[in-house]
Amino acid sequence: MCNLPIKGVFLLIIKTEGITKKFKDLVAVDHIDLSIDEGEIFGLLGPNGAGKTTLLSMLATLLPLTEGAAQVNGFDVRQKPSSVRKSIGMVFQAPSSDEILTGWENLYLHALMFGVPKDLRRQRIDEVLQLVDLKDRANERVKTYSGGMRRRLELARGLLHKPKILFLDEPTLGLDPQTREHIWEYIERLSKEEKVTILITTHYMEEADSLCDRVAVIDHGKIIALDSPANLKMNLGKSMIKARVENPNLDLIKALPYVNKVESKDGEVTIHLSEAGNHIQEVLCNLGNASYVELREPTLNDVFLQLTGKEIRSASAETIEEQYAKGYNA
Amino acid sequence: MSELSGFYALWYREVKVFLRERSRIISSLVTPLIWLVAFGGGLGSIVGGGGSQAFYGVSYQAFIFPGVLMLTVLFTSIFFGLYIVWDKKVDFFKEVLVAPLSRLTLFSGKMMGGCTDSLLQAAILLILGVFFGISYTITSLPITIFFVLCMAAGTVSLGLAIGSQMTSFEGFGLVQSFVVLPLYFLSGALFPLTNLPGWLMTVTRLNPLTYIVDGMRGALLGIYQFSPWLDAGIALGFMAVFIAIGTFAFMKMSS
Ligand SMILES: Nc1ncnc2c1ncn2[C@@H]1O[C@H](COP(=O)(O)OP(=O)(O)OP(=O)(O)O)[C@@H](O)[C@H]1O
Ligand SMILES: [Mg+2]
Repeated sequence: MCNLPIKGVFLLIIKTEGITKKFKDLVAVDHIDLSIDEGEIFGLLGPNGAGKTTLLSMLATLLPLTEGAAQVNGFDVRQKPSSVRKSIGMVFQAPSSDEILTGWENLYLHALMFGVPKDLRRQRIDEVLQLVDLKDRANERVKTYSGGMRRRLELARGLLHKPKILFLDEPTLGLDPQTREHIWEYIERLSKEEKVTILITTHYMEEADSLCDRVAVIDHGKIIALDSPANLKMNLGKSMIKARVENPNLDLIKALPYVNKVESKDGEVTIHLSEAGNHIQEVLCNLGNASYVELREPTLNDVFLQLTGKEIRSASAETIEEQYAKGYNA
Repeated sequence: MSELSGFYALWYREVKVFLRERSRIISSLVTPLIWLVAFGGGLGSIVGGGGSQAFYGVSYQAFIFPGVLMLTVLFTSIFFGLYIVWDKKVDFFKEVLVAPLSRLTLFSGKMMGGCTDSLLQAAILLILGVFFGISYTITSLPITIFFVLCMAAGTVSLGLAIGSQMTSFEGFGLVQSFVVLPLYFLSGALFPLTNLPGWLMTVTRLNPLTYIVDGMRGALLGIYQFSPWLDAGIALGFMAVFIAIGTFAFMKMSS
């Protein structure tokens, strides 16, 4: 992690204290405290409706806070919204490009509105178009783009003015694996080389896992766990066994010194081991007659399952086309 | 500096979109042409042809031409303003709201974009006016454009003011019935203001658009029912009041 103390001061670039958003009776964001360091890639991981977009919108000064306080780049979001907006770039979850204009024109407008100096505009536009691989379609109207191409354009736009802080609301939703990795690489480079701080929401486990320095797991507007992906998984143990057993001998298993936790549900037993694979034989012998056994390392999905008792919806459950067709939810 | 380029960006977007949606330009010219040809031609044949004293010696078509010009600007401008509801719906506007621009810049960029659209629309109609007995002089054209501009700036602002506070298209019909059509029909766009029943006389005199039509008609046909200075003053006042209201509405607009 990058807690870099300079003269004893931590460079907190985003800080919230009890930040809360209520929509009538619904508490979308519930007293969240966050501290994010400069240059960090910070992930918000949570299922649909967890409050990720609402939290980002408040930090981006697009939604007023119901309670609490937040500072972004040292500016209070309530008192200095325009200074906050100068410090950030945002990629929205919902489509926000202009369909009637071409890709290039959309970027050009963004460059104008975000004060990219005149002599740099064309060069920057070229750079980001190259990055998202849209150069050859830049002069066509956005109307003719596929959902994924549109996503890439909006991502390019968020990067265009090289903001100090980037808010990415599900930036790679619906992108093909190749493009997604491409984008991850770029996000990492931005963070390492340009010291851009990145706050990213996602429900792709791999994304949170491979990209983020720290992840906050969020559900029903609350943070239920916050740590590096490695530590989050570590808490569950080094490896886990899933087995289907008729009459499992749970008490025996629980007594074993290297077993962290045992759960049994519908004839399926999940056992978390504090050490890697070398005790499987012993566990299985004690367990009983297994008809099916699986051994693997825990993933963030297991962490989430453990914390909330439910799965984050699977990555491919909703394609970007559906998202776009459904449109405008945020 | 960035406010200025932001202003330019907003204006540029509106004009690009306008020029690209050619079908919209054409369809919005059909309405005034129907008014001129069908209404002006048809009704004109009954209420008095060329030379009738009822219309100060001009054809009815020519008489209502300034009114139809006003109608075109009114419709284009108000609905341009109301369409901000659509921008908000498709989230294009989020991108604008998160930009480091003041609300005043947002408003003026949008407003000038709308004025440009209306002015282009009016320019096409002015050219077509030649076929309806309108001729232009070195003074009549700039004066007419002055009134078109005041009218456009005022009504775009009115549309933006209403649109910025709406969240769905449901209110469009209401605006049409309770704002646009009364403003139009109660303005002297289609009839002279002499010999009106008392209540109508009062209402038309309270409608600022009456004076704008009068100013245009005076410039184009030499027919004034009020003083040109009064017309110009009210046009400027109309514009100023609604720009102020629109700016205020943008400040209050939630994102
Ligand atoms: N403008 C609004 N008015 C009322 N309720 C809202 C509004 N915006 C969001 N909500 C509600 O707040 C909750 C959190 O929504 P939010 O969009 O922040 O979730 P999310 O974590 O971004 O979900 P997703 O993964 O689907 O994007 C949801 O229950 C949603 O219905
Ligand atoms: Mg969301």
